[in-house]
Amino acid sequence: MLTSPGETMQPKLIYKGAEAEIYLENWHGELVIRKSRMTKPYRIPELDETIRRMRTAHEATMMQEARKLGVPVPSIQHIDPASSTLIMDYVRGPTLKEELYKVSMPKRRERCNSLGKLLGQLHEGGVVHGDMTISNVLSEDGKLFIIDFGLSDFSTEMEDRGVDLLLLNRAMKSTHYAFHMALFKAFLEGYSQAVGRKRGYETLRKMREIEQRGRYFERA
Amino acid sequence: MAAIDLHCLGIESTAHTFGASVVTDSGQILSDVRDVHVSAPGKGIHPREAAEHHCEVAACVISNSLSKARVKASKLNGVAVALGPGLGPCLRVGATVARSIAAYFRIPLIPVNHAIGHIEIGILTTGAKDPLVVLVSGGHTAIAAFSGGRWRILGETEDITIGNLFDMFAREVGLPSPAGAEVEKLTEKSSSFLSLPYVVKGNDVSYSGLLTASLAKLRSGAKLEDVCYSMQEVSCSMLAEAVERSLAYTGKKEILLTGGVAANRTLQRKLEDVAKLHDAVCHVVDSAYTADCGAQIAWTGMLALRAGLAARVDEAHVRPKWRLEDVDIPWRNDAT
Repeated sequence: MLTSPGETMQPKLIYKGAEAEIYLENWHGELVIRKSRMTKPYRIPELDETIRRMRTAHEATMMQEARKLGVPVPSIQHIDPASSTLIMDYVRGPTLKEELYKVSMPKRRERCNSLGKLLGQLHEGGVVHGDMTISNVLSEDGKLFIIDFGLSDFSTEMEDRGVDLLLLNRAMKSTHYAFHMALFKAFLEGYSQAVGRKRGYETLRKMREIEQRGRYFERA
Repeated sequence: MAAIDLHCLGIESTAHTFGASVVTDSGQILSDVRDVHVSAPGKGIHPREAAEHHCEVAACVISNSLSKARVKASKLNGVAVALGPGLGPCLRVGATVARSIAAYFRIPLIPVNHAIGHIEIGILTTGAKDPLVVLVSGGHTAIAAFSGGRWRILGETEDITIGNLFDMFAREVGLPSPAGAEVEKLTEKSSSFLSLPYVVKGNDVSYSGLLTASLAKLRSGAKLEDVCYSMQEVSCSMLAEAVERSLAYTGKKEILLTGGVAANRTLQRKLEDVAKLHDAVCHVVDSAYTADCGAQIAWTGMLALRAGLAARVDEAHVRPKWRLEDVDIPWRNDAT
């Protein structure tokens, strides 16, 4: 049911994560992204099927929620729970991670500031992303889209918000070491604009506290 | 026995087991004697009763351990003791005995973290080099990797441990504790899978909801073996998924399964499946050392002794909540 007649382009695997495969393909004459959750050999079939179906539906829900909060996400075209598949608009990118290498310093700050506002909007609306890295942000002509809501959830816990900030800070540090302080500062300014100075400061403090526990350590 | 061998006595008394073992610095386990306090069916460990048991058996277990190893107490180069994490009254028995031995024979007293003991005995018995550690027992459900001089926790349970899950379930239905083996035996008779809550949050798992739901299923008339089977499937699959995420994240090529619940064959199979997906190998601690034992403490103590770590007798206090990521490990280097 997900194929369409007369299309010649073969689905192309563009990313393989621990949980899902991302394909670029032609669907009813349109370039789309197909995200399919893979079956896992360590789960018995009846459990595996239920989990993949529920997570697919959950991710779609969280993306809709983000959209309602004014955060740009790829539009979902189709949900197929039976095959644990989401079909969504193809946002060309590049990822924010790639773009930050190429653009000028003021542009870098501008992008990170915008991302801060978007994540702030998400948090203010009671949603946390759960896997907030600069690889999970696409920048199309300067407009940012947040992607991969697989670990996203409804939460107003400071702990969960702190983890979002921490993961982002670490991602910036690991790939843009030379100017990561400036990037994160610009991000925090945008974030504080969206959630308020006080809340912004509290979340930052929570991030530092989580960092102190030494749990989310640097990848070798 | 070569005259240059160092000998370390290790004493374990963190929970229901009182154990003593002698190891050499080349990693030979010369003896591993233990006496396990058995609680009545349907009852968990009572800390005071377990401590009383430890007091009664301590002298006998230690002298058996020394005579089996053919090592005189006066020839020991150090005495290691698990100072935590564990049950306070139980820990104090081992600590008191170890302090006495160290003071009397004037040998170094080496404090050992019990969880690090599970990791080191796993590495010793499997030859793992730089593993992603999956530590599963009554006291732990943690995924850890070595970095920057310490074992860092990548994922863990947000509430009860997988060992707790099995034990608390067993207690409610009147099975003896520790209950892993009993539950696993019952699953073989099961014919149907019941839907139970599966909760993975990133690299973390949460088992308290699964325990409640499993007991509720039983009360609503489900067969005991089906509940056991489903609870085991769900709990082990959850952990396998958290391990897979951690493995993908760290890029490690080895898994080391250690601790009491490492004996569970379903969990072993699932982690082998995870390893295969990522071209990694899955090591399981030697089955003789899955459960709490003196050897894990003696060997870790030996590693610490060789690194020059020892505590003053009057400063070696028990630490019931001692977390494994708070322990400096000077004898191990980061993988490059």
